[in-house]
Amino acid sequence: MKRNINLIILSVALLAGMIAPLATGASAAGFWVEVLLGGLMAGVLYSLVALGFVLIFKASGVFNFAQGAMVLFAALSVARMAERMPLWAAILLAVVIMVALAFIIERLVLRPLVNQDPVVLLMATLGVTFFLNGLGQSVWGSDVYEINLGIAREPIMILQSVFDGGILVNKDDIAATVAAVVLVTLLALFFRKTKTGRALRAVADDHLAAQSIGIPLNRIWVIVWSLAGVVALVAGVIWGAKLGVQFSVSQVALKALPVVILGGFTSIPGAIIGGLIIGVGEKMAEVFLAPIAVHAFNLAGGGIENWFAYVLALVFLLVLPEGLFGEKHIDRV
Amino acid sequence: MLYRENGQFKTSYRGDQQMLPILQDRIFMALLLLFVFIGGPFIFSDYMLLSTIIPFLILSLAALGLNLLVGYCGQISLGHAAFMSVGAYAAYNLALRIPQLNFLVVLILAGLIAALVGLLFGIPSLRIRGLYLAVATLAAQFFMDWTFARVKWFTNYASSGSVSTATIDLFGWQLNSPVRKYLFLAAVVTVFAVLAKNLVRGHMGRAWMAMRDMDVAAEVIGIRPVYAKLTAFAVSSFYVGVAGALWGFVYLGSWEPLAFDINLSLNLLFMIIIGGMGSILGSFFGAFFIVALPILLNHLPGWIGFDMSTAMVSNLEQMIFGSLIIFFLIVEPQGLARLWAIGKEKLRLWPFPH
Repeated sequence: MKRNINLIILSVALLAGMIAPLATGASAAGFWVEVLLGGLMAGVLYSLVALGFVLIFKASGVFNFAQGAMVLFAALSVARMAERMPLWAAILLAVVIMVALAFIIERLVLRPLVNQDPVVLLMATLGVTFFLNGLGQSVWGSDVYEINLGIAREPIMILQSVFDGGILVNKDDIAATVAAVVLVTLLALFFRKTKTGRALRAVADDHLAAQSIGIPLNRIWVIVWSLAGVVALVAGVIWGAKLGVQFSVSQVALKALPVVILGGFTSIPGAIIGGLIIGVGEKMAEVFLAPIAVHAFNLAGGGIENWFAYVLALVFLLVLPEGLFGEKHIDRV
Repeated sequence: MLYRENGQFKTSYRGDQQMLPILQDRIFMALLLLFVFIGGPFIFSDYMLLSTIIPFLILSLAALGLNLLVGYCGQISLGHAAFMSVGAYAAYNLALRIPQLNFLVVLILAGLIAALVGLLFGIPSLRIRGLYLAVATLAAQFFMDWTFARVKWFTNYASSGSVSTATIDLFGWQLNSPVRKYLFLAAVVTVFAVLAKNLVRGHMGRAWMAMRDMDVAAEVIGIRPVYAKLTAFAVSSFYVGVAGALWGFVYLGSWEPLAFDINLSLNLLFMIIIGGMGSILGSFFGAFFIVALPILLNHLPGWIGFDMSTAMVSNLEQMIFGSLIIFFLIVEPQGLARLWAIGKEKLRLWPFPH
């Protein structure tokens, strides 16, 4: 009951914050919708990275700090290989690389550390992060690279009849959103309809019980890490096509951590909705709140979006620690 | 044969409870201090002091602070560089706005301010732990980065956002040469290390360790979790804040907010993983390792006649750090400090192990 009240208060506060600029007339409706769409777009990317986290956390209980590094590594591989071969071949090869990576991580990191404290596993993935960043940049180089998906970058106008001057939308943003939706649908089907998917869900539910009915844990881990690798690849390609492939990708991907706090560590819908909330929230905060803060406190520029996600996650941790969709149980101290 | 405590009987409680109960340890420690304070200034060149020894000393103090929290109290923090930056900027502002304050007072006050901020960000630890706390501390990291980059008052309205400090004056003794800086730092680090060693042996440290090993059981035997966790956050932030002030004033001289970004936080964490969690000595090993490895990597290719670009070296460094972390977590979770302890055990029986 208390949880529901907290949930309602938080949701109302978030919604009120979102609508405030519109209601007070601080922004035109068209501009507001544009900001909203921009936030949703960023949110899709956060969701994709967070999806990788949740997959791994559900199946192996590992809090995978390296997900951002995997995104960077996958994007770098695609970008550099696409220089020498057609894009589809580069992406296929990158999938093979990510699967191989999952095998290696399972063999060298997860298996020796099985049954360790979650914090130890987290630190091990910190090690993986550093290793992958170093490896990626020494094999593929450390400049900024481009991924050309062959989609024209020109913005198109929509809804001209509804708003003054219409709304600008990028074609590649739409393509990215479609790709993300397709990916999530495929994953959902895979989890619901296939034998492996059922095994994955069983492991996520209770890995001891799953093991006792003959589900091979080690193989499940490889599959899950491969899946997370493929999700990272998709996120990396979309991100790379939009902003270029560079080291900062792996840092921005850290924002997936607050996303999973918001959505709950074990919930795939939570990851998606959490990502969208964070994406929209930080864009709105940056566009509408930052100028006010800059004016009021005489700051040297905005940049609220650098910490907004984390502080929002902090608020959630204090009020609603299991997230929007997470399992009720949490270790309270 | 040499390292054996046979015949050293304790006849008083005092003798039994002293910090270094074995005679050989006391001799070793005395020789070490003698080497650091008397031999050091003659042996180390200015270049060596500035490039290796000074960062090593400050980082070991920071690692020590983080170790008190992560290693002794079991609360993970991914944002400790934020508390370093709090210490550094607090010291900067104190020195700037109250110029008559002695640097030692500034240092202590900066540490106390960092402790307050640490306390604030430690509050979530009362409700959450483990992975959740990691994200909460990340919030501290990014929020502090932003604060010092954007709120102009902290940087005294400097247009570039970077601040610089004057030479430190300690009772008329100017810290203007590497040797003097080294001696000052060595003294500060020694004092703080001894304090920490006694802190973790005492009531507070035992409460932290009980909290780390099993919080429910600790509560049952009468340790207040609020007290244990918040003191761990405060003391740890105090240490780290002092280290941050020293990092800014003694090592960097002038710095910008980026000097305390998340990579520094992660590096501090690596130091205590490699050096040994829950070990004062381990913090020093870890800091030395992290400072020395890049230097070794920079010079090694040259020595074996093999040319490597700087970008390659830094990538290689990351790969080696990453693999070492995993290696230590798997093979020796207690780090280099444990290897040291094993070495001492072996030495007790050497050369007649039977």
